[in-house]
Amino acid sequence: MGHDDGRRRVPEMLRAPGAVRARLHDEHITMAHGAGGRSSQALIEGLLLPAIGNETLERLADAGTLELGGAELAVTTDSFVVRPLRFPGGSIGELAVNGTVNDLAVSGALPLALTLSLVLEEGLSAESLRAEAEAVGRAAARAGVEVIAGDTKVVEHGRADGMYICTTGIGAVDPRSDLSTAALTAGDRVLVSGPVGAHGMAIMLARGEFELEAPIVSDTATLWPAADALLGAAGTDLHCMRDATRGGVASALNELARASDVGVLVRETDVPVEPAVAAAAELLGIDPLYVANEGRLVAFVAPGSSRAALAALREVAGCEQACEIGEVLGEPSGMVLIDTGFGGQRVLDLLAGDPLPRIC
Amino acid sequence: MRFVDEFRDGELGRALAAELPALIEPDKTYKLMEVCGGHTHTIYRYGIEAMLPDAVQLVHGPGCPVCVLPMGRVDDGIAIARQPGVILTCFGDLMRVPGSRGTLLEARSLGADVRMVYSPLDALRIARENPERETVFFALGFETTAPSTALTLMRARRERVRNFSCLCNHVLIEPPLRALLDAPALQIDGFIGPGHVATVIGAEDFEFIPRDYRRPVVISGFEPLDVLQSVQMLLAQLAADRCEVENQYRRVVGGTGNPRAREAIAEVFTPREEFEWRGLGTIPRSALRISDAYAELDAERRFAMPGEQLDDPPECQCGEVLRGEIKPWECRVFGTACTPDTAIGACMVSPEGACAAYYSYGRHARVGETA
Repeated sequence: MGHDDGRRRVPEMLRAPGAVRARLHDEHITMAHGAGGRSSQALIEGLLLPAIGNETLERLADAGTLELGGAELAVTTDSFVVRPLRFPGGSIGELAVNGTVNDLAVSGALPLALTLSLVLEEGLSAESLRAEAEAVGRAAARAGVEVIAGDTKVVEHGRADGMYICTTGIGAVDPRSDLSTAALTAGDRVLVSGPVGAHGMAIMLARGEFELEAPIVSDTATLWPAADALLGAAGTDLHCMRDATRGGVASALNELARASDVGVLVRETDVPVEPAVAAAAELLGIDPLYVANEGRLVAFVAPGSSRAALAALREVAGCEQACEIGEVLGEPSGMVLIDTGFGGQRVLDLLAGDPLPRIC
Repeated sequence: MRFVDEFRDGELGRALAAELPALIEPDKTYKLMEVCGGHTHTIYRYGIEAMLPDAVQLVHGPGCPVCVLPMGRVDDGIAIARQPGVILTCFGDLMRVPGSRGTLLEARSLGADVRMVYSPLDALRIARENPERETVFFALGFETTAPSTALTLMRARRERVRNFSCLCNHVLIEPPLRALLDAPALQIDGFIGPGHVATVIGAEDFEFIPRDYRRPVVISGFEPLDVLQSVQMLLAQLAADRCEVENQYRRVVGGTGNPRAREAIAEVFTPREEFEWRGLGTIPRSALRISDAYAELDAERRFAMPGEQLDDPPECQCGEVLRGEIKPWECRVFGTACTPDTAIGACMVSPEGACAAYYSYGRHARVGETA
């Protein structure tokens, strides 16, 4: 086969049209299936959706919606398995509230109430549990939600990392909101609500595996004020929001590019990253765009409203460094591209598996 | 980030790229091989190919240690990891390299204790923290990483850590380069030399390439400006009909390398009679084993392992990719049966592998070419 034939063959093989579901090839579940990249996608689209899918679930939105007596409600659920339980800038209890509240917020829903399930490991100190219960209480108060139901289970020593928490949240869809994962439109501007990668990097360093110390604290925070500001400034010109949790901003953009059958172009030099996060990521060979956040959203806004939306976002406490980082393209469908700032452009792909550092 | 951003300056890059066409002779093509996987990664990460004149082609060489590791050695690592009481430690990107029956990552999901480390010293620490268990470090890499393995073994012996050993897969850079240069089919006009390896062995150790094979070499750093400047220096040598080893990475690399690192390698390791390279076959005296003086720290002598030489899967063309004979996307299984999730060949596993770099970063360029 000549070079030219080969070159023509490549795009056909590699295009990832949103309509085609990923398949699960693996025989066992590995950590990669929980990392938010391509393996997670295969698990969800290849195993879970075929078994339990329905119209609402298949949107793969951060929250499902249902109508009840004329009111539109949003429901979401999330499990928290973070190790260590406490880390610079937060702890599992705070995360368990913010994570679920944020899934509601980026769905355009005012968070109303939470349920809380605790899986506790035998041997966990009562003091640790009290500290986390109080962290849940404080975070819920800050987010303006109440915990209205709960459950506790205890498992044998060695069966859990101290504690796991599952929260379910319910919210009221804001009348100003008309959001959809399929609503990204060519020309939309991509906003990010602040510097990226701090949470995941804080956790990695707090595990003490790298003998690397840096002044990095988790970004965990409630995103409702940010969502509220964006809805107020852009209304229906706000097409979609997503909190960039596991897999980071890159994975969130990929999921949405696929769901909307559009391309997304990111300008790497416009992506805000704190210097300490950038330096730690550089040392570890990890791209901050793939590192988890717990208080950062990406938003897609029609060009006419993007300036107002960004200005409103920057008024919100914690979002002062919000930036426009790119825009939505008609092509290539389902792909995210990045301008490297050095002169070249490349694909910003979903990660295959866990981000494994390079060796040299 | 200081001392990093300066080497990623787009304006300087574009200015440097603009100088390249003047060095090109009409109707001539230039095939330059970047030896090291780190360079391959930089080239794709920053889209450097798109900044080069059409006449300049980059060929991806054999310098990704994960990519040249044969399947049999992965199987050996998995066999050790499965033994009761063993903690197997390794660098991250090794964990997805397929052996004949799965990867270390899969072995872990089935219960083996496989842990990622950033340094062999971390592996030694794990051994100290788990005195009742055996900790094995799966060592691999060129002369770049061999000194840190050597120092770790020296420390383990000094501190009498008895539950630690090392499965050594360290390889040398000169033998595979000679094997490539001796191959009649190869048409490479110049080499972008591996900066990290040269940090240890010194720029002078690459003199054999101009002397014996009449090809220029530029030892290069790993930032995009480094690589672009190295291309410029190679083209300048070719235009002036010069043929020598030049050192672009002077801020790090000296002429004779790092004598202490070389001493550590000589102290702990000894050359193997031969070693199998994925895609390149068996190459004499191309790898290191642990010397007899350190035998008690050698996992090969401590554990039963299959120790088999296994052929690469027949559909896999990693060998041709590693020899620079085909581009990754010309492989018959690239992007179809072989993707980063379902890697058949090792070039698709490591982010430094040419195929993975191409798959992750290069696809759009190919899409654009046909648009």
